Amino acid sequence: MSLSAATRSAASKAARVASQSSRSMATRADLLAGHGNYGGLTDQDRIFTNLYGEQDWRIKDAEKRGDYHMTKEIMHMGPDWIVQEIKDSGLRGRGGAGFPSGLKWSFMPKETDGRPSFLVVNADESEPGTCKDREIMRKDPHKLIEGCLLAGYAMRARAAYIYIRGEYFNEAVVLDEAIHEAYAAGYLGKDACGSGYDFDVFLHRGAGAYICGEETALIESLEGRQGKPRLKPPFPAGVGLFGCPSTVTNVETVAVAPTILRRGADWFASFGNENNRGTKLFGISGHVKNPIVVEESMSIPLRELIEKHCGGMRNGWDSLQACIPGGSSVPVLNKELCDEALMEFDDLRAKGSGLGTAAVTMFDDSVDMVGAIRRLSHFYKHESCGQCTPCREGTSWLEDILIRMEKGDADKREIPMLEEISRQIEGHTICALGDAAAWPVQGLIRHFKKDIEDRIDNPEGFDHEAAFQKAWSGDPFDNQEWVAEHGDGKSYASA
Amino acid sequence: MLSSIARNSVAASGRVVATKLATRSLAHTPSFHVNTPDNTPEQYFDFTEENYGRVKSILSKYPANYKQSGIIPLLDLAQRQNGGWLPVAAMDKVAQITGVKPSRVYEVASFYTMFNRQKVGKYFIQLCGTTPCMINGSEDIKQTIEKHLGIKNGETTEDGLFTLLEVECLGACANAPMIQMNDDYYECLTPATMIELLEACKAGNPPKMGKWGSLPMNGQVSCEGPLGKTSLFETPAPPKVDPDRFKDGNVDPASVKEHMAY
Repeated sequence: MSLSAATRSAASKAARVASQSSRSMATRADLLAGHGNYGGLTDQDRIFTNLYGEQDWRIKDAEKRGDYHMTKEIMHMGPDWIVQEIKDSGLRGRGGAGFPSGLKWSFMPKETDGRPSFLVVNADESEPGTCKDREIMRKDPHKLIEGCLLAGYAMRARAAYIYIRGEYFNEAVVLDEAIHEAYAAGYLGKDACGSGYDFDVFLHRGAGAYICGEETALIESLEGRQGKPRLKPPFPAGVGLFGCPSTVTNVETVAVAPTILRRGADWFASFGNENNRGTKLFGISGHVKNPIVVEESMSIPLRELIEKHCGGMRNGWDSLQACIPGGSSVPVLNKELCDEALMEFDDLRAKGSGLGTAAVTMFDDSVDMVGAIRRLSHFYKHESCGQCTPCREGTSWLEDILIRMEKGDADKREIPMLEEISRQIEGHTICALGDAAAWPVQGLIRHFKKDIEDRIDNPEGFDHEAAFQKAWSGDPFDNQEWVAEHGDGKSYASA
Repeated sequence: MLSSIARNSVAASGRVVATKLATRSLAHTPSFHVNTPDNTPEQYFDFTEENYGRVKSILSKYPANYKQSGIIPLLDLAQRQNGGWLPVAAMDKVAQITGVKPSRVYEVASFYTMFNRQKVGKYFIQLCGTTPCMINGSEDIKQTIEKHLGIKNGETTEDGLFTLLEVECLGACANAPMIQMNDDYYECLTPATMIELLEACKAGNPPKMGKWGSLPMNGQVSCEGPLGKTSLFETPAPPKVDPDRFKDGNVDPASVKEHMAY
């Protein structure tokens, strides 16, 4: 047992206890005090204006919010104009990889060889931390449906398939009903929106598999098989769904397209830094006072996002230990990097992480980071489809080693071995799940190697009880007035 | 170096056997079928007349030569009709309807986690345990359930009311910790509200879903946070659109349709 490690862990435990006793509860008034300007983005420039659900999701209220306005005129501008406008807006895919959307849409064939084309919308939202598309589908489904029509038309597609994860049952019910409404109103089907173009939208429910969020696995699953990714090439734009040209794209990317086309590429490009344009839905979870899903401008500093919309960390910013800024597949950042981070593709990439799906998970200093990443490794082991050996075997190895490291039952020489395994998985698999499994582990070693070493030096010195996480879903509820007005009397009142 | 680690981990415990099974498929139960008195291929399963209407509507979504796309929705339908679990006879029926070999359906049913190939309780509790929920206390909730019901992860209570299963991310992270019970999400849980929920189920009266098809148990409506929203205080007017932007539109969408040959 090394003395220094013991002192360090005793000191950190003392600090943890002290910080927990000094925890201050925020009230709604505290949250709003002094924040006249929320991140610079005004309500008028927000796309998802029913994000908190004061209005109905049905078509009548959707039209009031501006959906289906001049859709026919936009379609008369032609597919090439739409693609160019999306290119000019700087929209990058919102599903994680951040590929420029206009460019992706332009890969679809402009003349058919006899096969129809398809748009496939990826609503298989299952990246840990991500809960944004769900809000679109249950509160603003018509934005998505109109987006399907316009994006599908821009790709010269015959129909759109929306693949929603099976667990989102109630969301699928709303979306299905919204699709029927759009047909009844003449916005879909034959002569969609009176434009002369025929377009169908079909909803397909999945059955629980993270891997089906990968585009070719999603196509396989839509064709009624196991969700095992295909080798590329051929890319889906050549041979995709049902053997026909297809483009798979995220819900948010599709849902923002109509607003961009109506308001103009310049408007959308006026938010965020060069190469990282637009507004974005951020889903923030973890140890913040007010976990929330919020639409903000790209490139907003992480700290500003957390302080303004989430009331800050539960024990203050200084208690921040780490942050996963873009869903579990991106490497974790330590506090020093979090202080400076901007929520955009390029800055986070330069900091060794990524924007991913903009699903921010905040960890305060009570968390055992080794345990947290061990749990992520379990996730990837469970969700590996088993097709490629490095991923199938490697994810099990990562978890097995991390289970021992969490207990301190390991050798320090195994830390570089762990890193080596992760490098052997990364880039050696058909799809990106292997990379996604490797990166959190690499992030752990990069920023929290000391924690692993201390645990190995002194397994008994770690206070597992202090690191045990009690249920936390933000500060005590303090929003009675608004809920009384907008909850339809259906919110839960504890006995 | 790598192989030595593999050897060690294999030598370390028999746990690896179970690990391998789980890795080959996403499902929590073994990927092979074992006959039990209530689950044999010889048993009778057929969709009800009402459900045959649904079968037709499901198959109408896919091209006529891609009927097998209906396998997943049809299995889901069969599972609902059969009280929340999927017997092997139902898989055979789906294979017959979609015109594929039964093994094609078996491999799908054993791949996806939502198909329960063994009986589950009336209230099937899936507890999200992935990191965002874990750091918000999913373990706390899990221990509460286990203690209150006297079952462990993966088990069913003797009265057949509850099954508990820890699953991977359910996509409601801003409302962690949460569980899914049958189709419904119960979010923002504490040990106290979790016990209230279990007791309400025992009394046959689980709380109804909130306005947006989920129920945060701390009083919230949906994703606005316990302290409330921080934007969109006044409903913004629909965005102003300059009609001149579209005055040059001269592409007839019907002509696009023509050269895409449909």
